[in-house]
Amino acid sequence: MRAFRYHRPADVTEAVALLDAEPEAAYLGGGTNLVDLMKLGVQRPDLLVDVTGLPLDTVEALPHGGLRIGATVRNSDLAADPMVRRDHPLLSRALLAGASGQLRNMATTAGNLLQRTRCVYFQDTGKACNKREPGTGCAARHGQNRDLAILGWSELCVATHPSDLAVALVALDAVVEVHDPGGAREIPLVDLHRTPGEHPERETSLPHGALITGVRIPPLPFARHCTYLKVRDRASFAFAVGSVAAALDLAEDTVRDVRLAYGAVAHRPWRAYRAEEALRGRPFTAELAAQAADAELAAARPLPHNGFKVPLIRNLTVRALTALAGAAPR
Amino acid sequence: MRSGRESGKPADDDRSSRITLTVNGVDHDLTLDNRTTLLDALRERLTLIGSKKGCDHGQCGSCTVRLDGRRVKSCLILAVTLDGRTVVTVEGLAGPADLSPLQAAFVAHDAFQCGYCTPGQLCSARGMLDEVARDWPSAVTEDLTAPVELTDAEVRERMSGNLCRCAAYPHIVAAIRDVAAAR
Repeated sequence: MRAFRYHRPADVTEAVALLDAEPEAAYLGGGTNLVDLMKLGVQRPDLLVDVTGLPLDTVEALPHGGLRIGATVRNSDLAADPMVRRDHPLLSRALLAGASGQLRNMATTAGNLLQRTRCVYFQDTGKACNKREPGTGCAARHGQNRDLAILGWSELCVATHPSDLAVALVALDAVVEVHDPGGAREIPLVDLHRTPGEHPERETSLPHGALITGVRIPPLPFARHCTYLKVRDRASFAFAVGSVAAALDLAEDTVRDVRLAYGAVAHRPWRAYRAEEALRGRPFTAELAAQAADAELAAARPLPHNGFKVPLIRNLTVRALTALAGAAPR
Repeated sequence: MRSGRESGKPADDDRSSRITLTVNGVDHDLTLDNRTTLLDALRERLTLIGSKKGCDHGQCGSCTVRLDGRRVKSCLILAVTLDGRTVVTVEGLAGPADLSPLQAAFVAHDAFQCGYCTPGQLCSARGMLDEVARDWPSAVTEDLTAPVELTDAEVRERMSGNLCRCAAYPHIVAAIRDVAAAR
């Protein structure tokens, strides 16, 4: 590991100024991903700015059922928050489906969103990776790519985003509060993560030094009527092979509104807008759910080893929505 | 290319830090290379070798300790971040002549074979039982808002961050359920 300097900033302004002045500085949250990547030599910061002491660790109710989550709220605290469990259970379900009890006690909300891909070629400095070292090639493209993307990838990068929480938050139209040297601003979470295109080394739309200070969830009347389905290679403590976050609002048997997002299929959490559009205003049936998934997955381009993800996501979509429709409040 | 700083030479002054850490009730003043993990500080500086380095990547759980009362993986925490904090390791659970209920239950149920993962299992189980007492839900909890009922499935899910290569899992689950039932 490269030796580094360490600093605990007094406030958000100092944190942002420190990173702005140092191109090789990085923010440190729970460290569950960054410290690991530093051990592997994948990330080599010269300065760590520890933001866990900043006063960003509260969960607050917003008017009309919205929610604000501080950037440094630990995953376990967020999942166990009484308000979250009651009014935004999709967040608890997604968080509890990921990592282990110990890691959830450490990992932060913003760190979860900004965690790096678990593509094994990215994590191995002996392998070519355009994300880790632009221009070196992508060993995954023609390597073992079973776990990697089916949607939105480019010839330069087929990595997936590993977060479960981000899939739930993207489904719920979350907004990210960001501080950078220009001041405070907000961006929809769906615009935070990028598809790789020509620049897989740029994973988010944030410039260097921008600090996520919180995440806001707008009111959603049917937020409690939700489910998070995650398929993984073992029953617990594994990243998703594919996942679906869904919330459904039925009026009689007609889909009044729906939120749908997919995980482990792309370089970013994948909001399934096309599927939602195919569902809205129509009488709900399992066939309709399948057609909606097909509409979203029409753009899928499976890699040699992950063609199974297309029917997997289709089946998960049908299972999630039919379960919600069967349990719909009347 | 490896730089001189990576080859084990003493760190530059601005790349090491002085911290105070309370471990098992004792305060320690430590000057540490910023790269030092909590696990390495415990094992190499304080010679508390109960906490084990299994994978060193947060995957096996054998390094689990309690930090300010919460179970964490000490291999992924930089010690420099812990100034003023409180750590309890397996050595702090009880004295050798006075086993804690969890330790006694592990012995009674034969909840280990080689024993390498056991310190992590014990610290994790201790933290997990506190989480259950606070009604924190898990991935297998049916009702997120109801009190937690500690079934085998709940124990297995909540202990999934601790691997046992000897596969003593059934006995570990039994030992933990015994202690939970007595609480």
